[in-house]
Amino acid sequence: MNMVEFSKVSKRFGSHLVLDAIDLRVNRGEVAVVIGPSGSGKSTLLRCVNGLETVSDGDLRVDGISVRGTARDVRAIRLEAGMVFQQFNLFPHLTALQNVMFGPIQSRGRSKAEARQIASALLEKVGLAERMQHYPSQLSGGQQQRVAIARARAVGPKLMLFDEPTSALDPELRQEVLKVMQTLAAEGMTMIVVTHEMAFAKRVGTRLLFMDGGHLVHDGEPGALLANPPSERFRDFLLHVH
Amino acid sequence: MIFDWNAIVPALPELLEGLQWTLWIAAVGLAGGIALGVLTGVALTYGSWQLQTPAQVYVALIRGTPITVQVMFIYFALPILMNVRISAAAAGILTLIINSGAYNAEIVRGALNSVPPGLREAGLAMGLSFRKVLMHVIAPIAVRRALPAMGNQFVAVVKDTSILLVIGVGELTRRGQEIMAANFKAVEIWTAVALIYLAVITVVAVSLRYVERVVRLP
Repeated sequence: MNMVEFSKVSKRFGSHLVLDAIDLRVNRGEVAVVIGPSGSGKSTLLRCVNGLETVSDGDLRVDGISVRGTARDVRAIRLEAGMVFQQFNLFPHLTALQNVMFGPIQSRGRSKAEARQIASALLEKVGLAERMQHYPSQLSGGQQQRVAIARARAVGPKLMLFDEPTSALDPELRQEVLKVMQTLAAEGMTMIVVTHEMAFAKRVGTRLLFMDGGHLVHDGEPGALLANPPSERFRDFLLHVH
Repeated sequence: MIFDWNAIVPALPELLEGLQWTLWIAAVGLAGGIALGVLTGVALTYGSWQLQTPAQVYVALIRGTPITVQVMFIYFALPILMNVRISAAAAGILTLIINSGAYNAEIVRGALNSVPPGLREAGLAMGLSFRKVLMHVIAPIAVRRALPAMGNQFVAVVKDTSILLVIGVGELTRRGQEIMAANFKAVEIWTAVALIYLAVITVVAVSLRYVERVVRLP
């Protein structure tokens, strides 16, 4: 079974068609990097996977569960699919450690002691062992995003969704986040990453998806696609992101 | 004219008894007003239209009429309409709950709306129900944001207890009025009454500042 399966998925905002009959399968262990101009539908595509946006037409299954199922189904999907946001969205009233403990306690029903163990191990992994007791406002953007990655992982997802995880960061802070994501990919996590980081796409991505106007225009191996852009539109886009 | 301190001292026991009523009514009014305000505020912010509409009507009705008219209505008109007897103190407390509840609802709505939507999404994306997100993510932040405005409302409730004199509740202002009617020492008695209110409200305001400081995020 595919980890994520889009079957003719369309999404409309009013009369505006944001996703137009998308067909897409993402296998376990794949790192699918989604690129495209703003307004092309890439964030919407990602947000449909965990039900933050509802699908207007077609079906979308995550680990076999349909996003069009009951509220319980959608919650089950969200436990399987961790999400990392452009704006980090850490809980400002909790410390880094408490932010990461939050998921295990609230959505998995773990004890505080178990959650603390999970959380401190994950924070250590993202290089923030020394910052566990800091509040989000006391951390740099890069540190906040690393906490956010640890927080999403702590729930125990099989799939991670990244919505432009480095776009809100200064260039010099992006690498520390990308490095954490690369490690995650190396551990075999299935990932869908919406980004403008072409170097990351090439180095870490197993698959590159180019979206334009609500369509999935190109889908292939990142190195090959970037070396030989198959369309004028794609060539044009690449010129603009570099 | 000479300020007659001797007029205040004998009046004190009765004024303090009035103060007890004032504090009791204010405390119950505050607690009830907070509960009603939170429920109404949540309904206004997240409710379906079946919940939102009555909440909006309630808030509009209370904000659109003077509290004196509200207390008169509850004490004199409601018993006729509903065929029940209600004591003046009960009518007074009910008025304060209903009145401050409406203002609190607007404060709660504003505070809930001020929480960045990304935090709600982050909570939902972890598989939490909206109720859990509301309790563990939105509420802790909204409460902190509501505190300054709520503080104003607390002070207003303490002062609004004084309008209950119109239905004969023996609170502080009413006692002052009665004493004054007997001894005509208007300056002394109203000064004493004002100072007692001022003292109580200062304590409330300072405590709230303290609470704000304790829960402030770094």
